[in-house]
Amino acid sequence: MKQKDIAALLDEPACEHNKKEKSGCAKTKPGATAGGCAFDGAQIALLPIVDVAHIVHGSIACAGSAWDNRGTRSTGPELFKLGMTTDLTEQDVIMGRGEKRLFHGIKQAIETYQPAAVFVYNTCVPALIGDDVGAVCKAATERWGTPVIAVDAAGFYGTKNLGNRIAGETMVRQVCGTREPDPVPAGVERDGFKVHDITLIGEYNIAGELWHVLPLLDELGLRVLCTLSGDARYQEVQTMHRSRVNMMVCSKAMINVARQLKDTYGTPWFEGSFYGVADMSQALRDFARLIDDPALTARTEALIAREEARLHDALAPWRERLQGKRALLYTGGVKSWSVVSALQDLGMTVVATGTKKSTEDDKARIRELMGEDAPMIEDGNPRSLLDLYRRYDADVMIAGGRNMYTALKARIPFLDINQEREFGYAGYDGMLELARQLCVTVESPIWTAVRSAPPWAVRAAPAADATSTPVGAPSPTQSTAPERSEQEAASHA
Amino acid sequence: MPETTMPPITPPITPPITPPEIVKRNKALAVSPLKASSTLGATLAFLGMDRCLPMLHGSQGCTAFGKIFFIQHFREPMPMQTTALDQVSTIMGSDDAVVEGLATIAGKHAPDLIGLPTTGLTETQGADIERAVAMFRAKHPEYDHIAVVPVSTPDYAGSLESGFNAALKAMIERLVPKASVAGTRPGRRRRQVNVLAGAHLTVGDLEHIKDLLERFRLRPVLLPDLSDSLDGHLADTDYSALTIGGTRLEELAHLGDAVATLVIGKSLDGAADALAARTGVPDHRFAHLMGMEAMDAFITTLAEISAEPVPDRITRQRSQLQDAMLDAHFSLGQARFAVAGDGDLLAALTQLLAAMGAETVAAVAPTNGPTLKQVAAGSVKIGDLEDLEQLARANGAEVLITNSHGVHTAERLGIPLLRAGFPQFDILGGYQRQWIGYTGTRATLFELANILLGLHKGEIHAYRSSLKQWPDAERGATAAA
Repeated sequence: MKQKDIAALLDEPACEHNKKEKSGCAKTKPGATAGGCAFDGAQIALLPIVDVAHIVHGSIACAGSAWDNRGTRSTGPELFKLGMTTDLTEQDVIMGRGEKRLFHGIKQAIETYQPAAVFVYNTCVPALIGDDVGAVCKAATERWGTPVIAVDAAGFYGTKNLGNRIAGETMVRQVCGTREPDPVPAGVERDGFKVHDITLIGEYNIAGELWHVLPLLDELGLRVLCTLSGDARYQEVQTMHRSRVNMMVCSKAMINVARQLKDTYGTPWFEGSFYGVADMSQALRDFARLIDDPALTARTEALIAREEARLHDALAPWRERLQGKRALLYTGGVKSWSVVSALQDLGMTVVATGTKKSTEDDKARIRELMGEDAPMIEDGNPRSLLDLYRRYDADVMIAGGRNMYTALKARIPFLDINQEREFGYAGYDGMLELARQLCVTVESPIWTAVRSAPPWAVRAAPAADATSTPVGAPSPTQSTAPERSEQEAASHA
Repeated sequence: MPETTMPPITPPITPPITPPEIVKRNKALAVSPLKASSTLGATLAFLGMDRCLPMLHGSQGCTAFGKIFFIQHFREPMPMQTTALDQVSTIMGSDDAVVEGLATIAGKHAPDLIGLPTTGLTETQGADIERAVAMFRAKHPEYDHIAVVPVSTPDYAGSLESGFNAALKAMIERLVPKASVAGTRPGRRRRQVNVLAGAHLTVGDLEHIKDLLERFRLRPVLLPDLSDSLDGHLADTDYSALTIGGTRLEELAHLGDAVATLVIGKSLDGAADALAARTGVPDHRFAHLMGMEAMDAFITTLAEISAEPVPDRITRQRSQLQDAMLDAHFSLGQARFAVAGDGDLLAALTQLLAAMGAETVAAVAPTNGPTLKQVAAGSVKIGDLEDLEQLARANGAEVLITNSHGVHTAERLGIPLLRAGFPQFDILGGYQRQWIGYTGTRATLFELANILLGLHKGEIHAYRSSLKQWPDAERGATAAA
């Protein structure tokens, strides 16, 4: 990929970060960077397309340590769960056999698995030695008649966030618009019930949570032409351009897709979330508002009224248990406010929320929810998260998986809110699961035991310290000096 | 296989802080029995004694069935004999059979100890086992050096656990001399610690206890010591009709010199009282050694008895357990278990589960007893595996913990089984699995958490939208769904 193409992707006019002090996506800093590379971002953005053979063209480290570790789920094909890589050897690199191996690899994938399409992810080594992945894919498409798409997102191009954008860009340019949507199934549409097509961008069906939402969309007559990319089929991605409204789900990562679909096809889009009762309802209302079909609007309001009443009752016993509990939230972007509202629905107090990846818009919404003085966490390094947890006397930390062991090692309750989690929290029913999981950790009886020092250690300690703080409790002398680490450049799509 | 019944997402019942309600047996038929007889419990205790041969006083089937029971569990030859009552001795009196059996064993195998548990048959018959032994002594003074311990263990009373205690108590009363007579003095052997080890402890558990004591430079004397007789080692000795290994009889003469006695298992109270009364050795009683709380008390006691610092390795193991508790609490929290077993094991497992935030929604014990007061469950049913199955189904249990007979129960319920207790006949090594200690608890928590992870709880069922643009190949599936 050319430098200017990368620069163009980084300069995303629809992204708030572009206008404010953080122009574009920040550069990575050697020695202080966490998060994935562009390849990682591209792969996770597209991997949930379930009937595609995803081939990683590169040496083993790229695919070998990254395949089959996401919780995204499929209604049918499991092809996407197979890790495929050209596994380049030293000889391939020295003798320039990479392209040939890739060509044969594509053949093998097509012959063995008959995929709907093949995606080839370029990585650092072939990018450096000059493998022409695009040309190989073109030749392979012609040879076997199966679409073979090159996703040129070698790791050194940039961050995971950039990789997300490259992936989205590739879909818009090479896949979208190559097929017209299927007709709406017969017998669904009737007087006063018209089906409208929508697309969900940045929805990955983690733990199957989209299945909490889909039945409601079906009921409303909103056909999801395509999700980019949870449980998607290749042929759905082809029809994305016919969507009436696009929703950016909980992520800025593929904002370029929404913007380009708007520029090219005039499709309106909005940014929303399926987390929490309030946001779920808001997302449904946004669809109705942009589609502007009075019958749909009426259906939507009726459905919201019904579901909110149902949830209100179903959540009552949980609200009773979680009422007044204090949560420290550290998660990126949109989730910084969408989860806030979900937690407030449960009667909890959010004492602070992470805003590292949030835009000014996001922050405005946080202030709306948590008040003008809402504490926002810009730098979420483990040390400062723990300090904040204690300063605000929180009861539970809610963050991404990478902070899980920060919390657990400090012996504090934790809820995993990011991609690797095993539970789906989206939709109205997802709230029940969220409540249940919060209770599992907050109400667990283990906390006294895991914080206790061995009886013999307590006894051995000097008398003054005999009743001292339990292990893991903050020591006043402990340094709170910044260990500025975590340059969390990548977005958690 | 029936579909797993997932409980509705509702707040769980608060863990009980009061003793459970004991629900008595209320049906005529025991279906898929959980109970193993007290005769077998007594036999097991004798099998932990060195150069011992238990002879069950009953029909030969009483021994044959029990022998298979233990052979399958331990995968070892089982030294067990029988008084082999026939019609004549059953009707006319069985004393002669006891005398003859004891003399035969004494003459043929020259054991150090013959255990003589009774059975339902002989207790119903009215056999006076003490008198029979007295007859043997009178008739065969040449065998006076061979200890004989009779114990009354009819299979219609109690269960394996109570029979084990009865045999232990009988051995203590018969073979441990009173301090006033033998001149033993508590603490004369400053590093010796007696351990009365309950039937719920596996060979692996016993080895761990010995290891822990040795780390405190204490000399453990286990009574009985199944980890020395049934640990599944290959001995250099030739075939023996007797136990190879176990507590040696001469140790019993010096239990009174020990600095302390550790009693593990509430069911051993009777035996512990007897030992304390005879020897005056102070005892420390533990209901079980699973979980952090129990182990903290145990290690603290060892440190006090030995006046040694707690070895760093043990402190480390404790913190490893804490870490495991953290990692496992997500899976185990609000998980729903069905557990069946003898009282001590049931109390230990349910307390461990409760400490992790899991719930025992079905608890079944084969017989009633004081141990059940410590079971951490709303109620304990006295019953069988059929009761367990019904309770587990009604209360939405997600995981079953019981012996190997639970395999079919678990299959019918469509939930996984973790094997614990007697017998474990369909796997290898169940006898040596370590459950106790910081290390054993940690391994147990990992295993339980892994079982729960395998259930994919909270899994959202795939929803097939009728509006989705299904590829042709997948359309059929939609229509069928």
